[in-house]
Amino acid sequence: MSTGLTHLIHFENVGLRYGMGPEVLRDLTFDIPRRSFQFLTGPSGAGKTTLLRLLFLSLQPTRGLIRSFDRDISAIPRDELPMLRRRIGIVFQDFRLLDHLTTYENVALPLRVRGKEEISYRADVLELLKWVGLGERINVLPPVLSGGEKQRAAIARALIDRPEILLADEPTGNVDPPMARRLLSLFLELNRLGTAVVIATHDLSLMDQVEARRMILSQGRLDIYD
Amino acid sequence: MENPKSTETSAAARRPEMRVRPMAPIVPQANVSGNALMLVIAIMAFLACLTYGAVSMVRATAASWQSQISREITIQIKPDETLDMEAALQDARDLALTFDGATNGQIVDRAATARLLEPWLGAGLDLDELPVPRLVIITIDEQNPPDFAAMRRALSEQIPQAFLDDHRTWVDRLVAMARTTAFIGTAVLVLVFSAMVLTVVFATRGALSGNRHIVEVLHFVGAEAGFVASEFQKHFLKISLKGSLAGGALAALCFAIAGFWQSRSLATPQSDQATALFGTFSIGFSGYLGIAITMIVIAMLTTLTARFTVMRTIYEIDLIRSDPARTDTIPDA
Repeated sequence: MSTGLTHLIHFENVGLRYGMGPEVLRDLTFDIPRRSFQFLTGPSGAGKTTLLRLLFLSLQPTRGLIRSFDRDISAIPRDELPMLRRRIGIVFQDFRLLDHLTTYENVALPLRVRGKEEISYRADVLELLKWVGLGERINVLPPVLSGGEKQRAAIARALIDRPEILLADEPTGNVDPPMARRLLSLFLELNRLGTAVVIATHDLSLMDQVEARRMILSQGRLDIYD
Repeated sequence: MENPKSTETSAAARRPEMRVRPMAPIVPQANVSGNALMLVIAIMAFLACLTYGAVSMVRATAASWQSQISREITIQIKPDETLDMEAALQDARDLALTFDGATNGQIVDRAATARLLEPWLGAGLDLDELPVPRLVIITIDEQNPPDFAAMRRALSEQIPQAFLDDHRTWVDRLVAMARTTAFIGTAVLVLVFSAMVLTVVFATRGALSGNRHIVEVLHFVGAEAGFVASEFQKHFLKISLKGSLAGGALAALCFAIAGFWQSRSLATPQSDQATALFGTFSIGFSGYLGIAITMIVIAMLTTLTARFTVMRTIYEIDLIRSDPARTDTIPDA
């Protein structure tokens, strides 16, 4: 573990194109500092999701250098990538919950995948579910949950193994403004506890509620306002 | 809820003990459509066990024939005007018995020789009227057979009319037949196993594409390929165990019924014909053990095939997902 690092992720002149198409991301150079909080914004189709996938090590850049947790990702053997991904939590706009698993089972999934015994994490999962306000919904299957509840379950799943960085793709896209505020305060609380947070959104009202770093993607380029 | 009289306070008191159900499987049983695959594996297991049983049966029959034939050698003495047949027979027997490994010698007497020829020459045969060769049957120790070449040499020196038949031609033919049968059986087994492996590969790939959303979620929560593979292989192990158990049991039952029929109809013409052709249907303990081993091999083969297929497919998916040049199959994440 590289606890002494100031930057969790470092991008240098990163470019990406799909197939033979134009570059959707161009010359991106930035850092995600430890314990930082930032919004990633830009018009639809600007490449926010692609950038999140790069941050999650799910996609290789066409050019440039990405260092994650002080390691050059192009030099990491494929077998080791899941270990690094475990240090990153990710939340999708469409939640990606498994419909046949209960809220509790969905949230416990990352720990189950790490081979832990249920008895060792049951209390932690139940506590986290209470923290995100789903304490009474632990045995419910996702199709029965509301949009806000699904979003909170997805966030809880991303947080259960205490990631060093949380990536959230439009986390307030499917919820009403009061729920959006609740989720935002959840992210702020998480950040206060030490997790770096990157929220991809084009919800200006959400961003206006917090004084935070803004990374604006436009036509494949990134401008950062600290 | 079941008791309408229960008060809210008692319900609240129970709430902190909210229980979670036992962990559901990550890949639901219903998502891996196993019935058709189970049937295919059962048929393959049936064919494999049947082949194994048939091969072991033929080999056992051939071995028994071979043992019966090679337990004895025959000295044939052709009649000659200058030869005292009875003395020559005695001499040949005595000579043969001087060799290590020859345990017993029996001269086929005139009556027995006449009986041997009866089917061709009829009853009441006078051997003196015909130049009929006479036989000495020497029983040998199979484990420590005599030196046939030396015996043949010694016989031809002392009795030029004697001819030693060590049945080698027949033994060689039987060995060749047993080997050919074993080879054909092995080839059939290889074909059956290959077809089964391919079927499992297709089924696994089908199951993976039907559960792609689960594979994606597992990827995003940091699962390694080995973990995903183990989730899928559990189902394939169950399916293959059920299939191979059914197929193997059916094959064992077939042999048991055939053996039972044969033992019930001993000495009837049908049974004698079947025995002459196939030997006895009983495949013995080792045969049933072989069927059990075949079933286990099939279950293991299926599970390992599923595991490797999942691992390979996951690597492919990883590769496609991570490579921006692969526009044809960009995942929706």
